[in-house]
Amino acid sequence: MIDLNTQAKNTWCPGCTNFLILSAFKNVLNELFSTGLNKDNVVMTAGIGCHGKIADYVNINSFISLHGREVATATGIKLANPKLTVVAFAGDGDAYAEGIEHLVHAAKRNSNITLLVHNNQVFGLTTGQVTPTSVKGYKGRSTPFGSVEEPLNPLSVLLSSGATFVARTYAGNLQEMQVIMKKAIQHKGFSVVDILQPCISFKDTREYFKERVCELEKNYPTDKLDMALVEVRSNGDKIPCGIFYQVQKPIFEDSF
Amino acid sequence: MKKQNIFSVLVGGAAGDGAREAAANLSRLLTNVGFEVIQTVEYPSLIRGGHNFARVTFSDDKIHSDYEALDILVALNKETVDLHFKELKKDGLVIFDCEKQDKKIINLPLCAYAKEMGAPPILRTAAALGAICWILNLDLEELNKIFKTVFKDKAEANIKLSVKGYENFKNRKITQIKLPKPKKIIRKLVDGNEAFAEGLIKAGLENYFAYPMTPSSSILHFLAGKAHEYKIKVAQPENEIAVINMALGSAYAGKRTATASTGGGFALMLEAMAMAGMEELPIVVADSQRAGTSTGVATRTGQGDLAFVRNLPGEFPQIVLAPGDQEEAYLLGGLSLNLAWQFQTPVVVLLDKLLSENMSACQLDDKKIKIISSKPSKAGKKYQRYEFTDDGISPLAFPGDKDAVVKVCSYEHDEKGYITDSSEITKAMCEKRFAKIKGIVKELAKHEMIKVYGDTKSKNTLVFFGSTKGAILEALKYIKKPVRAVQILCLEPLDTAQLKKILKESNRIIDIENNYTGQLANLIREKTGIEVCKKILRYDSFPFEPLSLADTINKILK
Ligand SMILES: Cc1ncc(C[n+]2csc(CCOP(=O)(O)OP(=O)(O)O)c2C)c(N)n1
Ligand code: SF4
Ligand SMILES: [Mg+2]
Repeated sequence: MIDLNTQAKNTWCPGCTNFLILSAFKNVLNELFSTGLNKDNVVMTAGIGCHGKIADYVNINSFISLHGREVATATGIKLANPKLTVVAFAGDGDAYAEGIEHLVHAAKRNSNITLLVHNNQVFGLTTGQVTPTSVKGYKGRSTPFGSVEEPLNPLSVLLSSGATFVARTYAGNLQEMQVIMKKAIQHKGFSVVDILQPCISFKDTREYFKERVCELEKNYPTDKLDMALVEVRSNGDKIPCGIFYQVQKPIFEDSF
Repeated sequence: MKKQNIFSVLVGGAAGDGAREAAANLSRLLTNVGFEVIQTVEYPSLIRGGHNFARVTFSDDKIHSDYEALDILVALNKETVDLHFKELKKDGLVIFDCEKQDKKIINLPLCAYAKEMGAPPILRTAAALGAICWILNLDLEELNKIFKTVFKDKAEANIKLSVKGYENFKNRKITQIKLPKPKKIIRKLVDGNEAFAEGLIKAGLENYFAYPMTPSSSILHFLAGKAHEYKIKVAQPENEIAVINMALGSAYAGKRTATASTGGGFALMLEAMAMAGMEELPIVVADSQRAGTSTGVATRTGQGDLAFVRNLPGEFPQIVLAPGDQEEAYLLGGLSLNLAWQFQTPVVVLLDKLLSENMSACQLDDKKIKIISSKPSKAGKKYQRYEFTDDGISPLAFPGDKDAVVKVCSYEHDEKGYITDSSEITKAMCEKRFAKIKGIVKELAKHEMIKVYGDTKSKNTLVFFGSTKGAILEALKYIKKPVRAVQILCLEPLDTAQLKKILKESNRIIDIENNYTGQLANLIREKTGIEVCKKILRYDSFPFEPLSLADTINKILK
């Protein structure tokens, strides 16, 4: 086990589910290190938001970029040095509002990088405003009478854009989250995991998700785009988690 | 002043007629036989239709700008005759595909020749070039060599057509123009964008990202074409924000990286350029300015971005360079990449349509550009990306270096790269970044960043930056009173002491710019407290023309 802790003081709210994502990532890194991945060759990029501070808490190469730009940063790093393993950390405001153009094109481009989105359905760091994934009627400081827009389904957008690995997981289920995170990093191509991440200060969805998240069926085929498009949209009593889609396509950096 | 032999040929037609390419081939020919050549192009933002022309001015002696007065006008359509006939010199002539010869208009069946040959109409320009070879008494073989280099295995039809044009004029004994003997100097015909890109390559460019926007696009096209030859990775991402962020990812990963755009695209990059200043990432960003504000006049020239590009958000030592011609674009292309890496900071290079797209016969001296790298790091477990040093420059390591954890951060950060809001560290880090200025100034002093031309002792001073250089140096030939011209190549950090010294000796300072507000004059006042006495400003989307500029200056100095 490599100690991946840093000297940085953690400033997340005590009990925030970001701590679980942090643990999962460190565990996954150690698993990967034990099977040959060289720590020197791992880079994490991050956007701006609560999620972005994760870069300070892991003792590996990191690039804290701008709000919404961590995927573009990661693409540039990977193109410049394809030997590196590059993982981008984003928030839902970050990736699905400010920088969504980069996701669409990263999916289309199929650069061999991983995007992990801390989807807490709010702007956490700026104190709880509405984001593209907030439920309709969400009341925050900028929408005191409730938001009027329908939420975006980011995984549907990413599937339609050509992403080759699309998954959802729940931060409350540490084991499953780790399995999916690891598979996403190991995937050759653009992989994205939407992590349902309750924000205990502004949008505490812990109970809501605990009751609803479920795993995809055991024999769910991961190579059927039409099926994946239906499955990622199911949103009622059951919120399916797992790998919805995984295929191989030519990788962007390989063509240079 | 002794009279200089200056000749001009204009090729004009509708967009899609190949006027520009034909003129470029003529320019290449004239360059190869040893003339000084300047080629300018004018075209609207259209793919087909619209009036397009390229003008080739050449001489046996140094010229800095092209001239409107024409010896030969090649008209690929009637509109070209109508628009440019008035620009002909007294014995100038027109080559035009019409029924019969008429005083200055000499008919040549361009379309019929192309048809006979089964060649597409666009190739008809080759017959006109053949006819020009007769008039200028140039060896047709030299032209055909150019066709072979440019069109490779498709050169045959061009060669046959050029012979047709040549023979036609020869048989009709069309009057020839006697040219002076060119000095046999080996030069290369390049436009400013190509020269800039060549400078980047010479300084070790490894990756280039860009989103197309005229007039910066041909840098992207040129580098994309050279990608395999020079092992450069060239990519066109979804927008300029992606461009700059990818470019900075690339720089962080250790690759010498650049990008370019024009005002609008540059504006989209600002946030990330400030991040480059904060994170101390080396990057070169060129802004090739177009005329007007916003989308403006896409294919015309202007200098409206000086105030903008030297005022990026936040505070860090900014470097802004502005070459005035192709040779300077080459040298400053190289210098910009070296400065970016030596000082781990973004460097802006200001170009504009005129410089980017004008061609001139140049001597690009590749001995003048060496690759200068950043302060190397021994890396290792104790590595700190933002280690405090006397000169403000921290050793640079990259992800993948053994045992080094390389953390960069757009927030204020401590030596290791962790986020901080400590007021002490915030102050110290700000001072660390600004400590680099000393080194930057020292490095810049090795290069000539303020140049003085003309009568260097004169108390009449013209000041300028960038591409107005051509018209101004050419105008010097016609200004009656003694005058000197001062060019500023590095606008940030400005060598205030030297500039002050030069300007203090002047009685009359005339500022010349391609913009409305006189941004250079404002910069000079801001930095030196010196007010220029007169501004000559042009903001109608066209560059200055040497003769009328000389006229204006003569009136002021009278
Ligand atoms: C260009 C830009 N606009 C706005 C901000 C301010 N800002 C900082 S974090 C943030 C929202 C973060 O929300 P999200 O990405 O969901 O992250 P979270 O805090 O929820 O983890 C905003 C709007 C910024 N830093 N940069
Ligand atoms: S605001 Fe929400 S997301 Fe941010 S640290 Fe606190 S609990 Fe976590
Ligand atoms: Mg959020």
